[in-house]
Amino acid sequence: MIRLEKRKEPSKFWRIANPFLAVVLTMLAGAVMFAMLGKDPVVAIRLIFFDPIFSDTFGSYSRPQLLIKSAPLILIAVGLAVGFKANIWNIGAEGQYIMGALFGAGVALAFFPAPGWYIFPLMVLAGAFGGFLWAMIPAILKTRFNTNEILVSLLLVYVAEKILAAMALGVMRNPDIAGFPGSRDLRRYEAAHNAELFANTGIHWGVVAALIAVIFAYVMMTRHMLGFHVQLAGQAPRAARFAGVSPARLVVICLGISGALAGLAGMFEVSGPGGQVRIEFATGYGFTAIIVAFLGRLNPIGIVLAGLLLGLTYIGGELGQMILQLPGAAIQVFQGMLLFFLLALDFQTNYRLRLSKGVRT
Amino acid sequence: MILGSINPAVLVAALMVAATPILLAAIGELIVEKAGVLNLGVEGMMIIGAVTGFIIAVNSGSPLMGFIGAALGGMALSLLFALLTQALMTNQVASGLALTLFGLGLSALIGQKYVGITPPRTPKLDLGLLSDIPFLGRAVFSHDIVVYLTIALVGAVWWFLKYSRAGMILRAVGENHDAAHGLGYHVKRVRVLAIMFGGACAGLGGAYLSLIRVPQWTEGMTVGAGWIALALVVFASWRPWRAMAGAYLFGGVVVLQLNLQAAGVRIPVEYLSMSPYLITILVLVIISSGKARGSLNAPGSLNRPFHASS
Repeated sequence: MIRLEKRKEPSKFWRIANPFLAVVLTMLAGAVMFAMLGKDPVVAIRLIFFDPIFSDTFGSYSRPQLLIKSAPLILIAVGLAVGFKANIWNIGAEGQYIMGALFGAGVALAFFPAPGWYIFPLMVLAGAFGGFLWAMIPAILKTRFNTNEILVSLLLVYVAEKILAAMALGVMRNPDIAGFPGSRDLRRYEAAHNAELFANTGIHWGVVAALIAVIFAYVMMTRHMLGFHVQLAGQAPRAARFAGVSPARLVVICLGISGALAGLAGMFEVSGPGGQVRIEFATGYGFTAIIVAFLGRLNPIGIVLAGLLLGLTYIGGELGQMILQLPGAAIQVFQGMLLFFLLALDFQTNYRLRLSKGVRT
Repeated sequence: MILGSINPAVLVAALMVAATPILLAAIGELIVEKAGVLNLGVEGMMIIGAVTGFIIAVNSGSPLMGFIGAALGGMALSLLFALLTQALMTNQVASGLALTLFGLGLSALIGQKYVGITPPRTPKLDLGLLSDIPFLGRAVFSHDIVVYLTIALVGAVWWFLKYSRAGMILRAVGENHDAAHGLGYHVKRVRVLAIMFGGACAGLGGAYLSLIRVPQWTEGMTVGAGWIALALVVFASWRPWRAMAGAYLFGGVVVLQLNLQAAGVRIPVEYLSMSPYLITILVLVIISSGKARGSLNAPGSLNRPFHASS
C-alpha cells in the first residue's frame, strides 16, 4: 500500500529541482496542446523557447525584447514575493501597475512640452507613489477593518481598468488628434521618454530599476531584520507576535513595497515600450508576475530566472502568432500550466511516498 | 426626470437576471467553504462553464445540453483543484489563482471560433395567470426556468446544511477536520465532493452569462463575476439566504448603473461601470468590520490543509 508521509524538513533538492522539472513538463503538455490545435509541436515549442534568442532571422529583433518584457515581470514579482512570504496576498498588482502608469504619465502630460531634466525623476516618484497609493487601499482596509486583502486588491484591478479607460478617453486624451482615444506619445516627448540606454539591448531605466530591486530584496530578506520578520510571520505567526512583530505594520509594509514596485513597472512601461495611455495598455504583467514569484521560489535570484523565462514566452507567443497563427491565448494556457505543474510537483518537497508492507492497524 | 424613465417592474426583472449567475457561483462556493476549503478559482471555473456551455448549446441547438455541459466543464476544472489541494496538499490560495489564470486562458483558446455567434434562445417560462398579475407578473414571474431553479437551489442548500445528516458532516469537516476525522468521517472525500459541487455551480453561473444574460461568447466575459461571488460568500457570513439577498442587492446596483448609462446621466460610463466593484468592496468592509459577527462565522478549518498523520 502506498501512503504519503510528511517529511520532517522540506527537501532542499526538490525545492530547487521542481521549477526546472515544471518547465519541462509544461513543454511536454504544451506540445500535446499544439498537436491538438493542428500545429507541429516541435516547431511550436522551438519557436516559443529557442528561436526568440537563437534564431538568425528574428533574433536581432526579439533579443532586446527579452529584457523589455522581463523587467516589469521581475520588478513586480520581487515585491509580491515579499508579501507572499509573510502570507500577505496582494493579487492586484495589475491594478497598481495601471495606477503607476497613470500617475507617471500624468506628471509628463502636465509638464508637456516643457524641457527639463527633473521631469523624468518626478515621473518615477509619481509612478511609485501611484502604485503605493492603490495598494494602500487593501492594506488599510485590512488593518483597520480586517477586510480580506485578496478580494479587495483583486476587485481594485477592475476599478483601475475603468479609470484607465476614462483617462484614455477623457482627461489624458491627446488634444491634437481629434476623435482617437489615447494620450500623447511619451516617446516623442524627450524629457519624459524612458529611452533605451544602450542601443539594441532593450535596456531602459525599468531594467535598471528591476536589477536594483532584486539586490535590495536579496539584502533585505537575508541580512535585514525586516526580512527575518517577514519570514517569521509567514512560517510561525504566533512566534512572530511574541517577538514583537506587528501584523498590521507588516501588512502595510508588504503591500506598500509591492504596490510601489508595480507602480514603477507601469510607469517605465508607459513612458517607454508602451508609449501612451491607451485602453489596451495593461496586458496582464501583474498576473503573470504572480507565476514568476512562485516559479522563482519567492527568492530574488530565482525570480530573475523565472522572469526571463516568462518574458521569453511572451515574445515566443508573439512569434507564434505571426508565424504559426497560434492563438494568443495559448501562451496564457502555457503560463497557467506552468504554475499547476510547479504546485503539483511541490508535494514531493514536503511529503514522500512510502510503500508500506502489510495492513495498518 | 431621468429616473422617471426607468420602469420599476423592468428594473426588478433585470435585477433578478443580473443576480442569477453570481448567486449560482456563490452558492457553490458557500458549500466549498463550509467544508473548509477556499477555492479562489471561481472566476476560472465560471468562464470555463461559460465557454463549454456556449459551445455545446450552439452545436446541439439545445440550451439544456449547454447547461449540463457547463456544469460538467466547471466540475472538470474543479477536479484539478481537488487533485492539487486534497491529494497533493498544495497551497489553496496559489492553486485557486492558478485555476483562474488557466481557466481564463483555456476558455479564450477553445472559444476562439465562437465569437460573434448567437446561441439558441432559452425560452421564458410560461406561468399562465401568474405572469398576468400587474407589476409582479412582469417583475417576478416572467423569467427563464434557471432563475427559479437557482432560488430553489438556495433553499435546498439551506435545508441541506441545516437539517440533513450529510450537511452536518460537511459542516463538521469544515469546522474542525481533526475532530471529524477522529469521528471516522472521510474528510477528503467530503471535501472533494464539495469542491465538485462548487465547480458545477460556477460552471452553471458562467453558462447563464453566455447563454441567457449576454447572450454571446466573448473572451474574458465574466469580468470579475467569480471574484464578486467569492466576496458574496463572505458578505453572507456563509448563510445561503443572505447570499441570495446579497446577490439581488448586487444585481440591483448593476442594473441601476446600466439604466443610468442608458438614461444618459452626465457621468462618464467608465465611472458608472466601476460602481459594482466599489460597492462590493464597501459591503465587504462593513461586514468584516462588525466586531460581533461577520468573519467570526467563518468555518474553523477554512483554508487549512488536512493530512491524516496517524
